[in-house]
Amino acid sequence: MIELENVAYSYGGGELLSDITLKLAPGSFHFLTGPSGAGKTTLMKLCYGALLPTAGHVRLFGADVRGLGRDDIAMVRRRVGVVHQDVQFLDHLDVSENVNLPLTASGRNAEAAGGDLAELMSWVGLTNRANALPPELSGGERQRAALARAVIMSPDVVLADEPTGNIDWDMSQRLLRLLIELNKMGKTVLIATHDLSLIRATKAHVQARVLRIANRRVQLAGADL
Amino acid sequence: MKPGAGSLRALLAGDRQADRVVPPSGFTAQLTLFAAGAMAFLAVFALALSLAAGRLAERWGSELARTATVRIVAPLDQRAAQTEAALRILETTRGVATARALTDAEQQALLAPWFGPDLALDALPVPRLIEVIEDSDGMDAAGLRLRLAAEVPGAVLDDHGRWREPLVQAASRLRLIGWVSIALIAAAVAAMITLAAQAALAANAQVIAVLRLVGATDDYIAQAFVRRFTLRALSGAAAGTVVGLIAVVLLPSASETGGFLTGLGFRGLHWLLPVLIPLLAGGVAFAATRAAARRTLRGLS
Repeated sequence: MIELENVAYSYGGGELLSDITLKLAPGSFHFLTGPSGAGKTTLMKLCYGALLPTAGHVRLFGADVRGLGRDDIAMVRRRVGVVHQDVQFLDHLDVSENVNLPLTASGRNAEAAGGDLAELMSWVGLTNRANALPPELSGGERQRAALARAVIMSPDVVLADEPTGNIDWDMSQRLLRLLIELNKMGKTVLIATHDLSLIRATKAHVQARVLRIANRRVQLAGADL
Repeated sequence: MKPGAGSLRALLAGDRQADRVVPPSGFTAQLTLFAAGAMAFLAVFALALSLAAGRLAERWGSELARTATVRIVAPLDQRAAQTEAALRILETTRGVATARALTDAEQQALLAPWFGPDLALDALPVPRLIEVIEDSDGMDAAGLRLRLAAEVPGAVLDDHGRWREPLVQAASRLRLIGWVSIALIAAAVAAMITLAAQAALAANAQVIAVLRLVGATDDYIAQAFVRRFTLRALSGAAAGTVVGLIAVVLLPSASETGGFLTGLGFRGLHWLLPVLIPLLAGGVAFAATRAAARRTLRGLS
């Protein structure tokens, strides 16, 4: 599904990631951990074609990312839902329109998908906030809206980069439960986080593989987690 | 991003939801509307100038090319005889449709602007004028000159060439300047809309980033901007064209004494040509915004 083979990424003359080999199999659940600045976000961006590796190969759904055109990358992003710590919305559109944006942008009939949207808004607990503008949302609501937007196209993979970074513990747990649910629906999930308590809380509910970035490389984390 | 009929169809069809993804931007909207309106207003006058100059060149070219004048400069006692002799030669000259001597009254009328209406022709050594109108084949001016020189020593043939050519050339240049002005106006519209589109794209960098993140193609993103700028240019230019046409209608009507300036306007089917100005502005805006969007989007991940 998403494969990285001997991938390196350099930025500003320095190598940020080196010799990374990683495979996200269908239906798997991964955590990516490591200190701030270790390259978690960079690795996530390599996984949805926002960055190109400086060495090695990134294969997205079987195709080498270097061979993909801009429209092909757009198609990949419809199969990969992304949630960032600093979620960006279109502030002039309300929450439901923002959640619906992937459908709109793919030319699918938003009215036809109206039932799905309502169900999705209910699933993330934002039914009552559907008509609010993004600046009116709390941190947790923004993250849940971002998750709804990431999954409205029913993607194969969900990538979440520090999704609980700006929200309290209870809200983190709520968001985590949603991600676990998605995984149980067969979605591949990769969560980048430096919050080890979040990882421990998850392992009770799902079989998660924990990867750690250290010294520019990805290692399988030990049992200490 | 593939150019062509698909983009045009999408532009015309529109997409209410797609239109909403880019927030309304007051400054660039007003700038585009104003620029397109002002340029369309100027384009109406450039078009009117070009068409009027074309008509003038055609009229001068055709009217003067078909006429000639024979002047009889002879002592008063020989003038009538030489006039008769010249008319006989003209009657037998191939290519001459009609030839007639102007009457005293006609000659007085010609001189009236300079000498007043009460001029006594006998008091001045005014040559007798013969008006010659050629048929469609035209006459051999050089051959006629030789015959007149041999048989009517006081006759001078003027085929209007030295008047006609510079006038026709001037009118043709004026027409060319009109078309060049329209091309420059189109280029200025393209430049201004490119700048406005680039400003809008830069101001909406976050919107574009979000759209890319959720899987929007470059075509989709560009279309949102292209449609907006094209419609603005189209509506601004339509307004400018209407105002320009009203100004042309209010110009003094053409008259013999008014000369070229009062003939500046549209005639007949030419009134339909200004309709093309908003379409041209829309086309220019479409191409300029599309090129600007393509350049900007290519620079983003």
